[in-house]
Amino acid sequence: MNMHTQPQRTPAETALIDAFGDRLSLLPGDGAVMLKRDDAIEAVKYGLPTRRVESWHYTDLRRLLNSVPDFDAAAMAKALAPIIGGSAVLPVLNGKSEAKMPSLEGVAFQRLSEKLTDGSIAPGLDPYGSDDAIGALNTAFVADGYFVDIADGVELEKPIELQNVQAGGQAHVRLAARVGAGAKAVFVERQAGEGTALVSSVSQLVLGEGAEVTWLIVQEQPDTATHLAQFKAHIGKNAKLTLFVMNAGGKLVRQEVLVRTTGEGADFKLRGINLLAGDTHTDVTMVLDHAVPHTTSTEIIRNVVTGKARGVFQGRINVHQYAQKTNAKMACNTLLLSDDGEFSTKPELEIFADDVVCGHGATVTEIDHNHLFYLMARGVDEKSARGLLVKAFVAEVIEELDDEAIVEALEARLDEWFVTHG
Amino acid sequence: MLEIKNLHARIVDDGTEIIRGLNLTVKAGEVAAIMGPNGSGKSTLSYILAGREDYEVTEGDILYNGQSILEMDPAERATSGIFLAFQYPMEIPGVATMEFLKVAMNEQRKARGEEPLKIPEFLKRVKDAAASLSMDMNMLKRPLNVGFSGGEKKRAEILQMKLLEPKLCVLDETDSGLDIDALKIVSDGVNALRAPDRAFLVITHYQRLLEHIVPDTVHVLYKGQVIKSGDKSLALDLEANGYAGVIGEAA
Repeated sequence: MNMHTQPQRTPAETALIDAFGDRLSLLPGDGAVMLKRDDAIEAVKYGLPTRRVESWHYTDLRRLLNSVPDFDAAAMAKALAPIIGGSAVLPVLNGKSEAKMPSLEGVAFQRLSEKLTDGSIAPGLDPYGSDDAIGALNTAFVADGYFVDIADGVELEKPIELQNVQAGGQAHVRLAARVGAGAKAVFVERQAGEGTALVSSVSQLVLGEGAEVTWLIVQEQPDTATHLAQFKAHIGKNAKLTLFVMNAGGKLVRQEVLVRTTGEGADFKLRGINLLAGDTHTDVTMVLDHAVPHTTSTEIIRNVVTGKARGVFQGRINVHQYAQKTNAKMACNTLLLSDDGEFSTKPELEIFADDVVCGHGATVTEIDHNHLFYLMARGVDEKSARGLLVKAFVAEVIEELDDEAIVEALEARLDEWFVTHG
Repeated sequence: MLEIKNLHARIVDDGTEIIRGLNLTVKAGEVAAIMGPNGSGKSTLSYILAGREDYEVTEGDILYNGQSILEMDPAERATSGIFLAFQYPMEIPGVATMEFLKVAMNEQRKARGEEPLKIPEFLKRVKDAAASLSMDMNMLKRPLNVGFSGGEKKRAEILQMKLLEPKLCVLDETDSGLDIDALKIVSDGVNALRAPDRAFLVITHYQRLLEHIVPDTVHVLYKGQVIKSGDKSLALDLEANGYAGVIGEAA
């Protein structure tokens, strides 16, 4: 019999496979879910992706993930105060969701463990393509999270904040939401904690016709955590999704953004800020499918690189053959503040339609010394002047969000990062 | 207040010497006009006073209140009371104008050992200064100088000067890009700041600004040197006869 020959397993791969055997009896799920878990762990047995896998070329997961911590049943994570006052908070603490749900008119909340047990989430556990290591890891181990269902026409005044907080060990969480036709909502996805941890988190969002959603991912893991995350969304007819991603922590971070426009008039905005410091690796990888005609998107990523940090942005826009009149623009701008830091940008446009407008641009700069001189000539000392300019570089993307509460909350997170890393 | 002695300076990048033995003294309370043809080194002089790193002083000295400022960085010079109103103020996206004004004012106060301004006092000062320059407060809600017209930028420079209350004000072609009305507003702003303990160095091409900001002394800069000094009548003479005569005399 011909066997697939594979290199010897890494300690991380072995630990994950062993952990799956140990955890299996504790994991919720009906037959369909458990079958998907079995399939998923096969992908891990096959080996974590290396740089030879194109979509993982700049983040050699097999090499970078050299060990994984054990599950820690004693870890006690605490829920956080929401970044925007008055938000409905749904915390997942060390991989477990709170049993008590907030009550909001027109919104149904459910623990994800229930949807695993009854199998209703099973279709969402399918991998995204063949190199979906994060999806596989999450499907194998996911134990809890939330499902939020916003009824048609419901306009929420206050955000819903989904928190995934770890205190060491492993946490595998799924956050799912359906936003009905004409509904409006702001979601905050907090990813934080303290401790040596392996976190996988998959968010999946479906927007009905004419729905409008702003989804803010605020990732502030400690520099001892590996954070593997995925955000998947389908944007329906005339629906609008603004996704804001702020990476301000983590030792090894990969945030995948997998979005598909499924109805005409759909609009997607991706705004991202990567604040990179220390000896860390952060990867934002987007695959956007313009799958129907007349859909639009813009993507702006701003990176600040200090220390020995390494960053990656891969932005792939697929314009399907019948997706005429697509309009897509992508930009990735990096402020490189250290000789030892690096940032890799890979834009990819795959266009099968012939009547589209698509563009991309990437820049890498240092601080503009004319700007620095101007601020100093007003008496601002060099360190403060540099701080103002670096903050300005990323704050521009935040201010564009045009909602005072959101802008204030994100700028506060930004200030927090500058206090500890400035 | 300001004493420039045999100053020689060059561009760091290519070594071109721009200032070649410049001597100039400006007393407290004095308004000194610097005139001269294009390329004579007027703007360079303003940048060197403010401490821009693109220029290197190779000889001579600049004394401010008797102390050499050559070793001071731009921020130290600013907090010691030197202010440059830029010919082309920089647009800085992402830096909120009000936030910048607050930081600049408080940094200067800190350097003088004063407490930071309380928010209501800060707002009051900005409002008063803006009103005196006929500036709309909405403009100040924008990022620093972003989307400002040429005239608005010049007003914003004078607004900063008013708020920072410097002792030595260097105005680099503040009149360029201003229409007559704006020129009058800006000039009134400058005149209101004239004080016995404050000196101005007004760099300009044209007599027209000096009709509004009447100088005590006028100095002609040519090829990096002051080739002639006089009172305000010198500016009128230049306006009528051009620089050729003065340059000829010096040669």
